[in-house]
Formats: sequence, structure tokens, C-alpha cells
Amino acid sequence: MAEPILEVSGLVKHYPLTRGILFRKQIGSVRAVDGVDFTLGRGETLGIVGESGCGKSTVARMLVHLEQPTAGTIRYKGEDITGLSGRALKSVRRRIQMVFQDPYTSLNPRMTVGDIIREPYDIHPEAAPKGDRARKVRELLDVVGLNPEHINRYPHQFSGGQRQRIGIARALALRPEVVVADEPVSALDVSVQAQVINLMAALRDEFDLSCLFIAHDLSIVRHISDRVAVMYLGRIVETGGDAEIYDRPTHPYTQALLSAVPVPDPEAREHRERIILAGDVPSPTDIPSGCRFRTRCWKARERCASEVPELAVPAGFRFAGGPADHASACHFAEEKQMVSAQDMTDDHPAGLV
Amino acid sequence: MLLEVRDLHVEFRTRDGVAKAVNGVSYGVDAGETLAVLGESGSGKSVTAQAVMGILDVPPGRITHGEILFQGRDLLPLKEEERRRIRGAGMAMIFQDALSALNPVLCVGDQLGEMFVVHRGMSRKDARAKAVELMDRVRIPAAAQRVRDYPHQFSGGMRQRIMIAMALALEPALIIADEPTTALDVTVQAQVMDLLAELQRELGMGLVLITHDLGVVADVADRIAVMYAGRIVESAPVHDLYKAPAHPYTRGLLDSIPRLDHKGRELRAIKGLPPSLMHIPPGCAFHPRCPTAQDVCRTDVPPPYEVDEDRRSACHFWRECLHG
Repeated sequence: MAEPILEVSGLVKHYPLTRGILFRKQIGSVRAVDGVDFTLGRGETLGIVGESGCGKSTVARMLVHLEQPTAGTIRYKGEDITGLSGRALKSVRRRIQMVFQDPYTSLNPRMTVGDIIREPYDIHPEAAPKGDRARKVRELLDVVGLNPEHINRYPHQFSGGQRQRIGIARALALRPEVVVADEPVSALDVSVQAQVINLMAALRDEFDLSCLFIAHDLSIVRHISDRVAVMYLGRIVETGGDAEIYDRPTHPYTQALLSAVPVPDPEAREHRERIILAGDVPSPTDIPSGCRFRTRCWKARERCASEVPELAVPAGFRFAGGPADHASACHFAEEKQMVSAQDMTDDHPAGLV
Repeated sequence: MLLEVRDLHVEFRTRDGVAKAVNGVSYGVDAGETLAVLGESGSGKSVTAQAVMGILDVPPGRITHGEILFQGRDLLPLKEEERRRIRGAGMAMIFQDALSALNPVLCVGDQLGEMFVVHRGMSRKDARAKAVELMDRVRIPAAAQRVRDYPHQFSGGMRQRIMIAMALALEPALIIADEPTTALDVTVQAQVMDLLAELQRELGMGLVLITHDLGVVADVADRIAVMYAGRIVESAPVHDLYKAPAHPYTRGLLDSIPRLDHKGRELRAIKGLPPSLMHIPPGCAFHPRCPTAQDVCRTDVPPPYEVDEDRRSACHFWRECLHG
């Protein structure tokens, strides 16, 4: 693997739940992120998938210092940046930028596009000399596929896809090394999503970015990621290369998640084996003991209630060298071949090629 | 045919001008059939459904032309009183966002029971029993206890089940589901879609499923109508359409889905943006974004050409698209 640019270990974020106004006492906590480890290699794109409430956005926000972790460390190029403040924090923030989910609320409606993209330079004046900034902003607009003449327009004059491009331009202004993208296309229309994904992939290559790409759309994550981590209730349950996760998942949750995704091919309806999970995700205030997935898992046994499964390559697949040889936090990990839409349409190539 | 929409036109008068939301939509649904209406935001798919249900905001909305035949009867000339009787008993709607569609200050039992009190004249007590029965039917655990709970006490998936229960209460002949699972997570979405399909089979209802998700359509629909800028650009049996689209917009949508064999390459995105409904391009509304547009596309509105007996495409060059 490439040299790591971000190393996250034991990352935890608990939000306290309190009762009482005068005498506040803590009665519990929301364990949004509950022990997450991963590394992001230079030039690599790591996709994080999971359902709402699994903590993927909280992880993103901690990486850019919008949230303080309760415990754990975040290392950037080997240096611990978790507790940084002041000038040191500012210089790290230049290197790690974020693209937000909702292009409608993440841009200030009273600032022009030019001001929005220029603002990073006002905060980090050393990034560009004053006289040079207007030119840089125009360049950035051009890079993300917007007309540089629209520099004086306001966000409401743009469509959702164009606004997301503005958000991307702002994130790129300081030439960061790491971009954290939290659901960057989920608010966009289908025909526009592909445009923005293409743009992000092109910019990643052009600017040599390392990316953390968070989304709930599994096919988009697979398209753009080198490695994928699957989160459930505040933890990573399985991680590996994109083909390992998508074609040979060993964790039951990943298998269920992949099988539940609607496949855009009606021919797949009959062939497909679907795992329909019972019930809902448990509340993060009351996480089940042992394996946190056991309450919805069809394989759960006594051991799952008492023993927390570690995120490691399951013994049976270790050194096997196959695609199942990747980390999975399950006591009873089993290889399962997923039949994807792509496998099927090979037999029905007409019209989809 | 259970429901037939014929040449429906809907516009909205706003301060900035007239937005033409629906411009000549025709579709039909049979009993027991699932028709998926696919489109992006602003394509007119929801407005058409609101016109069918009779819940369009009038004004600013206005139906300027068309017919909506339900069980052979045109609904548009009917009085609000009569429409209201059909709503709920004849046809019902499931909304995307259950939290805002349900009344937050009434417990779900009262909201479900209200259907029976208002339409069937039942007593409160009988209606409550019916509500529990319905909640059981949509598989809400411990229905008898939860019937007194309020909407916010349920999870997203459970709330959507309550919406489904409410729509099914009077066993209508037609259900219109407007993005019923868009707000849900995939594992819950699968549960809810399964439940909906099962109940539909059981009761033999017609289902109009409004969605933007090509995956959901492929999973459950019999037929599909693709909408763009207030028109249906292609309608076809679902297998035919996925195998070989006959409209460049449909083709573009299918092509823009990330596929395994395209990993690391550019997605084939549709260029440009959907048009503003205030300024729909002349000719074919899709022509500014179409990779194969010719001169005729800029001037002549394409009629729904017959591709096959049960298949239409509103593209002058549907043959080229189909075989291309």
C-alpha cells in the first residue's frame, strides 16, 4: 500500500444524554462512533458505506475538526492532529478539506460565488497573494466546469449540480492533499450525479488527491473507491478492496446490505437471492452487547452476545490469498458470492452496452 | 382499465410566469398491475399523481386540459364532495415523507381509525380495533400496544408501514405511491417494498409507483413510463425498456449508472441540466441535452411513436436509438 496520509485509530465520539435543568446529570450517551480504525493511503480513495445513523458522517466531521473526538487519534502524515488548536490546527485544515452533502445549505446565500470560493484565501492569506486571488477563483470555476463570468452570481441562481461544483471549487481552493466528501451527490438528480462523480474523479487525478468518499449509494462508492469500509452502528464491520467487499463479502451485514440494493436490471429479479433483514438498526444509545449486529443477524449464536468480534481477517481465510482474505468483524464469517447486476447483463448485453 | 389519464395538462401560475408542469401526459394502469413513473425532480411525475388524487393546490395549480378516468368515470368534472368519497375508498396515496404526512399530535391509532369513522361510519371503539388489525397486517410488532403511540415514536420504516396501512385501510382499487422508500435505508427499503408488493398481490390493487430509482423500478414494476419536462418520453414493459431503450433520455439514464466494467473510467453522464418549466425548449424538450439531436428535434414536438403494440417512444429517431 502507498504510504499512509491519514491514520485513524480507536476513534470514538459519544454525545452525552443529560436530564434535568439545574442539576444536569448524564443518564447515558449516544455512541455515534464507537472505535473506528482505518488508514488512507496517499492518492487512494477510501469509500465508507453504511446506513443513516451508522456514524459515517461523524467520522468525516472529526477528520476535518468540526467535531472533537471523545477518544482516539487522527494522524496526518504521522503527526497526531487530534488535539491541535490555534495556528497548528489552521495549517492542518488547509491540507484537509471537505465537500458537504447538501449544496443548498452549505453555501452562504448572501455571498456571491466569487466570495464563497475566495473565502479560503482570506482565512489562509499565505495560500495566495492578494492580487492573484481573483484570477485563482476564475481558474477554479473553470476547473469545476462553471462559467468564470458567473463569479458575481449568488448560489440561488445555480442548480443543485452547479452548486455542488461550487462546493468542490471551494474545497480545492487551498490545494488540499486530502478531500473528505460526505454524500456529495445524494442530493442531486440522477442525470446530474454522474456528471459530478466524473468531475470528482477527474479532479482527484489532476490534483493528486487522497479521498475519503462517504455515501450510501453502493454502486457509486464502488465506482470511485479503491478500498471500501462498511460501517454499522458506529463501527467498521468489514473492509477491503472494492472487489473483495462487493463480490466476496464475508460479514452477514455486508451481504444483506448488498443483496437489498435494488439492481437496475429486471432480469435479475428472478435470479437474485435477497436477504431481508428483520427489524431496524438498534438505537446508538443502547448498543447490543458483543456483536452489535447480532439482533438482526440470522447467524447469531450465544458467542455473539458475549464476545465482541475483532475487525481482522477471519482465521479460515487468512493466507488463503483469495478475495475473502480481508478484514471482517464476524465470529462466523463465511464467503458468499454476490451476483451483481453486471454479471447478469453480460448475458443480456443488448441496449446496455 | 382501472385508471386512465388522457392528455393531461397542468400549469402553475406564479409571480414569475407560468410553469408548465405537465404537458400532455397519458397513461393507464390495470388492476393488479404496477406502473412505475420514473423521472427526475421537476419532471411532473408527482404533479400528475396529485391531479389524479385530486389534491393539487388550486390555485396556483390548474388543470388546463385532459381527462382522468377512474373505473370508467371521468373524475375532473366531479364535485369535491364526490372526489373525497373516492379518495381513500377508491384510491389512496402513500407519500415519501411519512413524518410530515402523518399528524404529529394524534396517535397513530386515531389516524388509522379516522378512515373507518369518516368513510364507514364506525364507532371509535370498532375503528380502534380495525386500526390494530391494520397495523398487524403491515407487520408492526406489538400492534395492540403501539396503537396509542405517536408518529415520532416510530422509526422511519415503521412510519412508512403506517402510511401503507392507512392507504390500505379501505381496500382501495388503486394505490399511488410517491417515492415511498426514498427516505429509507436500503435494508429497510427492501422490507417496505416487499410488503407493498405482497399486499398488492393479495388485494389485486393497481399500483402507480413514482420514483427516480431505476433499481426500484427494475425490482417491482410491470410497466414503466419515463417522464421528462412534463411529458412521457417513453413507455414500455419493464423488461423491454431495460434491454433496449427507445429514447435517448432513457438510454442516458441507464448509461449513467456506475457499472463494474466501467470502473476507473468516466461515467457516461447526460450533459447539461433539466430545463426550467417556465422555459421548456421548443420541439423535443430533451434536444439541448441529446447526443443525437437533429434539426427536426429543435422544431417539431415528437408524438408518441408506436414502437411496439404496448410500447411508445416520443423520439423522432426512436429506431436509431433502439438499434443503436
